[in-house]
Amino acid sequence: MLKTQGLSFAYDQQTRLDFPDIDCESGEQWLLIGQSGCGKTTLLHLLAGLRTPQSGTVTINNTAINKLPTGQLDQFRGKNVGIIFQQSHFVRSLNVLENLLLAQKLAGVKTDENAIREILEHLNIGHKLKSKTSELSIGEQQRVAIARAMVNQPSIIFADEPTSALDDKNTEQVIELLRTQATNANATLLIVTHDNRLKTIFDKRIEL
Amino acid sequence: MNLLQLSWKNLTFKPLSMLLSVVLFALGVGLISLLFLLNNQLEKNFEKNLAGVDLVIGAKGSPLQLILSSMYHIDAPTGNITLKEARPFLNPKHPLIQQAIPLSMGDNYRGYRILGTTHEILDFYDATVAEGKIWSQNYEVTIGASLASELGMKIGDEFKSSHGFVDDEDLAHDDAPSFRVVGILNPTGSVIDQLILTTTQTYWAVHEEHDHEGEEHSEEEYEHSESEHDHEDHDHDGDGKADHAAEYHVDIPKSLLEEDDEKSITSLLIKFKGRNFQALNMQRSINENTDMQAATPAIEVNRLYSLMNTGEQALTILAYVIIFVSGLSIFISLFSSLKERKYELALMRVMGAKPGKLFSLIVLEGLLLAIIGFAIGILLSHGGMQIFAGAMKDAYRYTFSGWEFLPQELYLLIGTLVIGFLAAVIPAIQAANTDISETLTR
Repeated sequence: MLKTQGLSFAYDQQTRLDFPDIDCESGEQWLLIGQSGCGKTTLLHLLAGLRTPQSGTVTINNTAINKLPTGQLDQFRGKNVGIIFQQSHFVRSLNVLENLLLAQKLAGVKTDENAIREILEHLNIGHKLKSKTSELSIGEQQRVAIARAMVNQPSIIFADEPTSALDDKNTEQVIELLRTQATNANATLLIVTHDNRLKTIFDKRIEL
Repeated sequence: MNLLQLSWKNLTFKPLSMLLSVVLFALGVGLISLLFLLNNQLEKNFEKNLAGVDLVIGAKGSPLQLILSSMYHIDAPTGNITLKEARPFLNPKHPLIQQAIPLSMGDNYRGYRILGTTHEILDFYDATVAEGKIWSQNYEVTIGASLASELGMKIGDEFKSSHGFVDDEDLAHDDAPSFRVVGILNPTGSVIDQLILTTTQTYWAVHEEHDHEGEEHSEEEYEHSESEHDHEDHDHDGDGKADHAAEYHVDIPKSLLEEDDEKSITSLLIKFKGRNFQALNMQRSINENTDMQAATPAIEVNRLYSLMNTGEQALTILAYVIIFVSGLSIFISLFSSLKERKYELALMRVMGAKPGKLFSLIVLEGLLLAIIGFAIGILLSHGGMQIFAGAMKDAYRYTFSGWEFLPQELYLLIGTLVIGFLAAVIPAIQAANTDISETLTR
């Protein structure tokens, strides 16, 4: 369901990045690993349609996303792709619930407060519903970020270094959460990391 | 969570940074709206009271002062004219004059002016009697609607006048007879609402006692029956004043045409039969050939407007400058907030917001600021107007209102929206062009 062909990207004339072709099936869980600076984040952005590749195509659910016009691409991403970033950022003026409602609204999905409560309960942060995001601990922020990525039941979830700021215990929990959430939603999970702790957990890997 | 709610949350999240813009906007809008209101209500008050008067004749002095005192009942009169001088204009057979009304003024009751005049003044101001009757005898008064509503005066009330135009107990004509209210007028919205109307002769009676002081009626035994024969000879400080004052006089005044040459009045309001060349010439001839002056209300009022205009223009320019600066301040605060919010804007794109949505979000924030500023400004100006109205009422008995809204204020709102939009449009374009990937990797 996620396929790339001949993807390449160049920040400038000298540094051209060529990426191996990727082919992930629905519901599979993959690890994208490589050293810092080898273009992991760039590839993730290409896959999520946040950047336009110099050449090649990205296909999600049979849609060639880099052929879509900007507005449609945004909508497609909002509905089908959940992304968890290295550092969790939120709309600072909104509380946890409002941030998640916004995610539904912007994706063009019907807002559903109950679904949000449920997912937050699942992630053990149900009691933080009305908290300001700036008042959450880093671990809690990461969970809210996961909740936000999952809230529209995307068919694919990208996570960019989701564990780099976490200790072992939290890392374990977060990865476990990601895996169970992805499995429950039958979503494809692709984690970009240089974190060796994860290598033992996932057997499907793409190495850059 | 729609865009409007989101932009509202964004604004209220950091209220201090937006405060300056809003305050500036409110000041600018408030000032302009206040000028609109003042101008509009002043002109309305002035025009309503023109009452079709073509010419005002009075003692020499400032023509504007003559108009202000005789037509608007603010400012003091220029002086008096004798009946001898005024009589030709009062003649009903005058070829040019349709109507002439004599005015005598100089006394007040609790700040409301007492006007000695004839019944025709009611026609000038389209006034009708609501209750009671029109004054016909000396010391009978018919009062304007405001006196009834503000002072709670009613028919049968008696009061003493006092000298001058301000309420001052020391100047009360304590020894003159009391006035008695015989009628109340319907409200007209014009200056007559604020007046106490009586006969011209009453004025003479109250005042000319001074001249007769110590004459025939200063004896111990004051005989009331005699005073009925000569109402002008009221004893000013005689011992008989107590019972005199308590009495209500039954004097039917003569027509002014038959009165003594030496009596004086304050001014004459004239309506011409037609505004022709001869009528216009009359004004010049009065000014050149008599000890009186004639002034045209419309001209003097326009002169007053142009005097006010200068100050008003300066204030208007100041207000526009303030609004411009507030627009600039909205621009700066939005622009600098973009830097802090770059990441969350990129995030919104990731979550599915199209560039147009981010544009709208920032524009909405600009518009919201402008609208809040506008609302506060309008509140300020109308509140200020209401306070001013109270002051005007105390000082001049003129009615202004803070709760009148003008179509110009709608234009002001549109202008406000345009400025809010213009201030936000560049930051909004920036927001719409947020490069998601660049921003997120930084």
